[in-house]
Amino acid sequence: MTRFLRCGREAVLAEVDDLEAALALYAAVRAAGLPGVVDLVPAARTVLIRLDPGVTSPEAVRSAVAGLEPGSFSRVAAGTVEIPVVYDGPDLAGVAGHLGVSVDEVVARHTGTQWTMAFGGFAPGFGYLVGGEWDVPRRESPRTRIPAGSVGLAGRFSGVYPHDSPGGWQLIGRTTAVLWDLDRSEPALLVPGMRVIFKAVAR
Amino acid sequence: MSLRILRTGPLVVLKDAGRPGHAHQGVPPSGAVDRGAFARANALVGNPPGTAVLECTLGGLRVSFDEPTTIALTGTDAALIVGGTPIALETATEVHAGATVTVSMPKRGLRSYLAVRGGFGVPEVLGSRSTDRIAGIGPAKPAAGDVLPIGPLEAVTSPVPALPADGPLEVDLGPRDDWFTAAAVKTFLSAAFTVTPASDSVGLRLDGPALPWARTGELPSEGVVRGAVQVPPDGKPIVFQADHPVTGGYPVIAVLTPEAADRAAQARPGATLRFVAG
Repeated sequence: MTRFLRCGREAVLAEVDDLEAALALYAAVRAAGLPGVVDLVPAARTVLIRLDPGVTSPEAVRSAVAGLEPGSFSRVAAGTVEIPVVYDGPDLAGVAGHLGVSVDEVVARHTGTQWTMAFGGFAPGFGYLVGGEWDVPRRESPRTRIPAGSVGLAGRFSGVYPHDSPGGWQLIGRTTAVLWDLDRSEPALLVPGMRVIFKAVAR
Repeated sequence: MSLRILRTGPLVVLKDAGRPGHAHQGVPPSGAVDRGAFARANALVGNPPGTAVLECTLGGLRVSFDEPTTIALTGTDAALIVGGTPIALETATEVHAGATVTVSMPKRGLRSYLAVRGGFGVPEVLGSRSTDRIAGIGPAKPAAGDVLPIGPLEAVTSPVPALPADGPLEVDLGPRDDWFTAAAVKTFLSAAFTVTPASDSVGLRLDGPALPWARTGELPSEGVVRGAVQVPPDGKPIVFQADHPVTGGYPVIAVLTPEAADRAAQARPGATLRFVAG
């Protein structure tokens, strides 16, 4: 069931029960191409729908979205990306120790998980990936500079840093995949709903 | 035809209508912080709505033109000084080739918008010439010595939007006003809040009476909009402005109307803000 929350005069915030429902609603609103809808921000339990008040209104968008029938969310439809990873991150051994498994087992679990890009928000091109069955704490002290392409874990999420930036995620590897490239028509490699598979490669 | 930057003052950036349509890739909307003043500047010089202008914080900008053109300055009471002569505010002004134009320090307001007929011909990044403050997307900040190409856009005639009214800032409660005690909502709609110096085009950070939550726990991050008043656990509100991040992690008690968000864009550190339900 979608609940609609008032969010000023240029947006509607739609709230659902969980991430699966949020991704399904996001896909349905995106596919509907409603007039005057200018931007969508999917998140853990919500989809923010930004609108142009010169074209439509919060009320019109609310009733149009209420009339949509979001199907069950299909990961396949949003596409799949394979990301090659050299698993030599500075926190790999620490993560293995925290989980009480071998380093090889961490790699096997990370590459064996069907990850889904759930939502962004931290930085352009960054995606919170879900699907992991384990929970890893953030580093107690964030690093001041993490190189672009670093592959990390935090909580139940995995993610790849698109830019050099500070950050507190546990770093388990690195990729040569370019997560953000303004010369591409869609600069972000990962967009919400996409399936992501990590593949171990030699350095 | 071009404009040469002779001096920038505290902060000058190119701004336009921003880059909607890319939020799902994590791209902030950006764009002019005071959209009304931005629209007036373009309408005054005959530019199509949405044409890029220079957003100049606290004056200090000095530029020269290599050809005659038409310019306008809006947003604050900063004087536009053309060849040593102060020009009336919020009006179109002809300048001659070689003219030096200075934006003085405003006494009231924060952000002035300098529009030049024809617009700025710098490349767009993701459909916009705005420089985004947090993600760094868009043209580099202009610096002294830079030459910005002008035009060529066809002149159009469009009505000049009205100047904003005074009074408290109108808000609509929600989306998360139910995260706050009834007393906190009442305080929010009656107390005076002070703009602190930590404010910028990302957000106005306010000081004032605490706005306690009615709940414990964490709200999962969710999409936010310009004008959203986010309240962290310390109870000190942040009013998101044009360069706000795509998502926020704290409950939003209310959202300013677009007109109120424009007025908030001109609030200087030390200014007092009051909110009223719209």
